[in-house]
Amino acid sequence: MRNVVPILTVVCTLLVIWYAAAVWLNAPWAYNKAERAGIELNFADLVSDTWSQDKPKLPAPHQVGAEIWKTTGEMVLNGRGFSKRSLIYHSWVTFSATALGFLLGTGLGIALAIGIVYNRTMDMSVMPWVIASQTIPILAIAPMIIVVLNAVGISGLLPKAMISMYLSFFPVVVGMVKGLRSPAPMQLDQMRTWSATPAQTFWRLRLPSSMPYLFASLKIGMAASLVGAIVGELPTGAVAGLGARLLAGSYYGQTIQIWSALIMAATLAAILVGLIGVLQRITLKRMGMA
Amino acid sequence: MGWLVFALGVWAGGWWLNHVLAHRPKTRLTRLAVPVIFGVTILMIWEAVVHGLEISPILLPPPSQIAVTFAAKTDILWEDFVQTVIKGALTGYVIGCGAAFLIAVAIDRFPFLQRGLLPVGNFVAALPIIGMAPILVMWFGFDWQSKAAVVVVMVFFPMLVNTVQGLQDTNAMQRDLMRTYAAGYWMTLLKLRLPAAMPFIFNGLKIGSTLALIGAIVAEFFGSPIKGMGFRISTSVGQLALDLVWAEIAVAAMAGSAFYGGIALLEKAMTFWHPSQRGRT
Repeated sequence: MRNVVPILTVVCTLLVIWYAAAVWLNAPWAYNKAERAGIELNFADLVSDTWSQDKPKLPAPHQVGAEIWKTTGEMVLNGRGFSKRSLIYHSWVTFSATALGFLLGTGLGIALAIGIVYNRTMDMSVMPWVIASQTIPILAIAPMIIVVLNAVGISGLLPKAMISMYLSFFPVVVGMVKGLRSPAPMQLDQMRTWSATPAQTFWRLRLPSSMPYLFASLKIGMAASLVGAIVGELPTGAVAGLGARLLAGSYYGQTIQIWSALIMAATLAAILVGLIGVLQRITLKRMGMA
Repeated sequence: MGWLVFALGVWAGGWWLNHVLAHRPKTRLTRLAVPVIFGVTILMIWEAVVHGLEISPILLPPPSQIAVTFAAKTDILWEDFVQTVIKGALTGYVIGCGAAFLIAVAIDRFPFLQRGLLPVGNFVAALPIIGMAPILVMWFGFDWQSKAAVVVVMVFFPMLVNTVQGLQDTNAMQRDLMRTYAAGYWMTLLKLRLPAAMPFIFNGLKIGSTLALIGAIVAEFFGSPIKGMGFRISTSVGQLALDLVWAEIAVAAMAGSAFYGGIALLEKAMTFWHPSQRGRT
């Protein structure tokens, strides 16, 4: 709790910088307008104008906040929470792709990790490629995956989820391999003296001791799969989802819309990662590890 | 049918070869050969399956065709490489990592800033920063400057968090020893804390190297001049010229691996004393 004051200070400083930057970046346009209207701008006018432009270069925080409220809370109050204009709808679209991709990626990651730990051949042949696969800027393939799967007749959720899956499986593989190998030789020997079968060793020793590693990787994987889902929405031509909102906003110069989609994505990321954090605390507590 | 049987044969042969190699004592050669055999096997199976199932080359071109395109269009590929990797990614990477490093050293002097900025930095590092791309493209125009800006934002926070953590990675005994040598702040920083932070700094640099390429390529989806890897990929997908897309991906893969490998080599040379590097052949 002793970190609250410093964090608040930093956040407040950031907000102040944001407001100042809004004045600075939007000033040329304000001066331009005033000149055409033949008005002399004093400082107060300048500030109030730069904080309330329609298509500012950098919208002020309260403008973004108002836009978010307009597209979420207000729409819920009007009973149109899931209309296509509301950010809740777009967040839901992105979230469903993220969640599916995350589940697939986690499944694939754990399966690969078990294979790598139990099979020497897989360890030596697959592991280097798993690592190499991440040095490839995979997001570049996103448009292709979407178009190709579309041509085969698969569209909608799955192509986006595939991209999320590709991004999220890597941290899980690396973390789980480390975790499944974390029992000490002494513990493994103990299992052997109890004449435990390999399956028993796996379920009673290796899997439980890999849990802290698993949760740490799940957090990274969740953040990565959200990025994958957002980027996966770009090439579909701005239909639905937070990525589509970003693209549409950048086409029409709607900066406030871009920023509100961005903040929404950040909130979504924070919530999802936070959820895993809660899950981690509960699980580890019940296992007596935290 | 023949092609499919061939694919099965290649799979069995490659697996058997790797199985034999993996169960012999580990040497440098087998450690290199096993993954290479695995990769070559995958490529051959890909080729055989595409021919065997008669998949349209518009959907999935065989590797041989990609190689032909690669050889035929080296000029375009090189132009895109310079635009995206050298101008966009590398510039942004150097600026971003440099700035993050300097700020981390500054933060390190003030515990108050440290306690405030670290959680915020950790939080921001988990955010989908790539979403900043359309905004930065608006601010800095369509050319490589905006791509570099996206890369700066993307690599900044992982680098910052890692460096700050690294600078704290000395124990009281070591710091006391420096004090008994009457070393000042700068001397301690230079001789003790920076070297101790090196493994963390390199971790940040490695994470940044993959992020930098991703940032530069994805930023081009939001607008770019008529060259660049992201531009070429998104337009070629529209033209269904997937062989060119795969060639670009091959370039991206090679650039990414070379980038990462270079940093890993540098790390090995500079942190040879660290336990994670010792004892490796």
